[in-house]
Amino acid sequence: MSTAEMVDHDRRRFLTASATVVGGVGAAFVAVPFLASWAPSERARAAGAPVEVDISRLEPGARLVVEWRGRPIWVLNRTDTMMELLPEVVSDLRDPESNESQQPPYTQNSIRARESMPNIFVAIGVCTHLGCSPQYRPEIAPDDLGPNWKGGFFCACHGSRFDLAGRVFRGVPAPTNLVIPPYAFISDTRLLVGDDSEAA
Amino acid sequence: MAASPETPSRKDQLLEWFDARFPLIETWNYHMGKYYTPKNFNVWYAFGVLAAVVLVIQLVTGIWLTMSYKPSADEAFASVEHIMRDVHWGWLIRYMHSTGASAFFIVVYLHMFRAMLYGSYKKPRELIWIIGMLIFLVLMAEAFMGYVLPWGQMSYWGAQVIIGLFGAIPLIGEQLVVWIQGDFMISDATLNRFFALHVVALPLVLVMLVFLHIVALHHVGSNNPDGIEIKECKDKQGKPLDGIPFHPYFTVKDLTIIVVFLFFFSAVVFFAPEMGGLFLEHPNFEPANPMVTPDHIAPVWYFAPFYAILRAVTFDLLFIDAKLLGVIAMFGSIILLFLLPWLDRCPVKSIRYRGNTYKWALAAFVVAFAMLTFLGTQPSTPLYTFLAQVGMFVYFAFFLLMPWYTANEKTKPLPERVSRSWLFVPYSPRSSEGDK
Amino acid sequence: MKKLLFILLWLPGLVLAAPSNYPLDRVAVDPSDQPSLQRGAQLYMNYCMGCHSLQFQRYNRFARDAGVPEELVMEHLIFDPEIEIGALMTIPMSSAAATDWFGGVAPPDLSLITRSTSNAYVYTYLRTFYSDDSRPFGTNNPVVENSSMPNVLWQLQGLQEAVFNDAGDVVGFELVEPGLMTPEEFDVAMADLVNFMAYVAEPYKLDRERIGKWVLLYLALAFVVFYLLKKEYWKDVH
Repeated sequence: MSTAEMVDHDRRRFLTASATVVGGVGAAFVAVPFLASWAPSERARAAGAPVEVDISRLEPGARLVVEWRGRPIWVLNRTDTMMELLPEVVSDLRDPESNESQQPPYTQNSIRARESMPNIFVAIGVCTHLGCSPQYRPEIAPDDLGPNWKGGFFCACHGSRFDLAGRVFRGVPAPTNLVIPPYAFISDTRLLVGDDSEAA
Repeated sequence: MAASPETPSRKDQLLEWFDARFPLIETWNYHMGKYYTPKNFNVWYAFGVLAAVVLVIQLVTGIWLTMSYKPSADEAFASVEHIMRDVHWGWLIRYMHSTGASAFFIVVYLHMFRAMLYGSYKKPRELIWIIGMLIFLVLMAEAFMGYVLPWGQMSYWGAQVIIGLFGAIPLIGEQLVVWIQGDFMISDATLNRFFALHVVALPLVLVMLVFLHIVALHHVGSNNPDGIEIKECKDKQGKPLDGIPFHPYFTVKDLTIIVVFLFFFSAVVFFAPEMGGLFLEHPNFEPANPMVTPDHIAPVWYFAPFYAILRAVTFDLLFIDAKLLGVIAMFGSIILLFLLPWLDRCPVKSIRYRGNTYKWALAAFVVAFAMLTFLGTQPSTPLYTFLAQVGMFVYFAFFLLMPWYTANEKTKPLPERVSRSWLFVPYSPRSSEGDK
Repeated sequence: MKKLLFILLWLPGLVLAAPSNYPLDRVAVDPSDQPSLQRGAQLYMNYCMGCHSLQFQRYNRFARDAGVPEELVMEHLIFDPEIEIGALMTIPMSSAAATDWFGGVAPPDLSLITRSTSNAYVYTYLRTFYSDDSRPFGTNNPVVENSSMPNVLWQLQGLQEAVFNDAGDVVGFELVEPGLMTPEEFDVAMADLVNFMAYVAEPYKLDRERIGKWVLLYLALAFVVFYLLKKEYWKDVH
């Protein structure tokens, strides 16, 4: 028992601390592969590869829905009338400048589209409230949506309203504008959704 | 915030709160802080804790594998390759699991051999041995079903052979096989039920048995290389003189040993995951094909000794045909292990103080076991079959003759206190001076 | 029509194709040798991919591991414009049709062939086809006797005839009609091809060895720290 008093407590504390640090670092490294394995696999990435869309036959006012990464992507060819009506609703919008919303920088403008093809509107067709897919309602002042409706998207789940640039109106549950995915035009008739590096 | 006796610190308060509602300190002291462990443990005593480490590795990697594995005959093989290639770090998780299976058997076999060296199965530890043997049995079932899941050629044909064993049972054999398969052949239904057993049922049983194994062990206390009870020599406070608290002494020692183990484990995982076809067999990189049997079906190495016994029986005995007799011999070779505490009649536990008969018998058993392990992985030739029969004879003789050759063993006198040493013999001659 | 009948007559023989004990030539593989992987992939795509898919290998992964820009892979290795860079190396031939064409044996997927057999096995097999008029495709192979695969590489290798010993076993070969490559060039080409196939069998091999070194290094360091800690505590025990 006499040896108990001769214990070098400092050395013991130091070695215990060192072992704890070394063991902790090891445990952290072991955690990496297990956490990283939850990221989308190569298969998911391949399935989520950019989608090419042929827009040559998309009439003005018509909308196409394509799938990209398991979500509906809207491609809407807005008519010139629709474009003219866009500024008229600005005072009723929550985020007209799209400052709080998600979109590539080249679409953060008043039409929320690439300047080169201003009429083509591309968005992820999922309500920013709880994830329902809103309806395309291009008609002006229908009975159910009221006299101020100038065309847009209406989410039947919880009544959120967006204009034809995917901008959210005030007084509805959705907090932000519709999300716009990265996209680019390969040619006048071909649109690439999911990758904008080629047309940077 | 200096803590005074009147105002306990936050940490102590929290501890007190828990302890009033859960036997925290009591449990800690019972199993760690005041669990007195013989101070003369040698390296043989490392394999219990290593088995626990491997169990944790298997549980964690196994859970992660089920996240991407598809238990269906059409998709299983491809889903394993999907894990290996498409899932991030999937190859590492899968190799850890496949290497872990073999590592499990390595440490368990050494753990069992330790018990045979130092008589750890003897009174009062018979129940620990029995629970341990149940763990071994469940582990074999777990490993077998796990090996079927990748749905490669070896998975399929290995399952065919092992399930076929039940067909040797008279009268009900045929129906039993169909019932186990859930089909008239090994099929999607078989794969699915094996998956359920492998990932849910058997791991639950395994974890429960391991818990009971440790509870029983901590109730009677650990044996040691000298095979004497440290509880018989206590100081005035009632602590065993040759015992030291598990924590911190064996926590730090075991941690060191775990690091050494992980070094070898990682060396295999990262540099030789197939282990030359021993841990991952070559034909299992081919999808299961019910039409073509591989040229040579070999079980994974850890089943090889028992498989060798199965094949060694090429003769009929009385009214029992060779097929059934082989199955009986194989299961018998495992059941005999259960009976070890009652077959061994020598009152001395440790090999250090036992007679030469047992030492030679154990040596012969080890040689026979190693030989059977080798032979079980080889194609059968007349010479190999003969050697397997010799090995089987030694294996059974070791157990069946034990009541006789251990009854009047010339043992050495036991020491009063333990000694610290590496292997079979104690360091100092002090304890055995009185010999002869 | 005559030829088809000929093949049909030979069906039973094809199914009996069996491995033999022909001695295998060893071959060194190195997944870090990117030029070799590229040459091997080129050979595979031109001569093997018609019948044998690599259904677990993705084009973009190969591009990354072999150090080839994705555009070049698209240009030189992917012949079908519908196939994306992230796609698996599958082939349009259905296995049922293939089973018909090759008399009961569908050309297997070769993603894992070097792991289910060995590098030496594939390397030897590819180099030991010899003329044998008794076979439907006119060739035989000592590694897989009565193999149902034709010698697709004969243009490169030329045609060779087997030398038999008294027991009827193949002991050597004689080149009777030179191919586009010299025997030495052909051996190198086959080593490249096997290197590519070995890479496809385990594309993460380089990752695992690279990370493994660091893991072992860490564990060696951790051992020192834990061992010192153990030693310090065990000073109490006598």
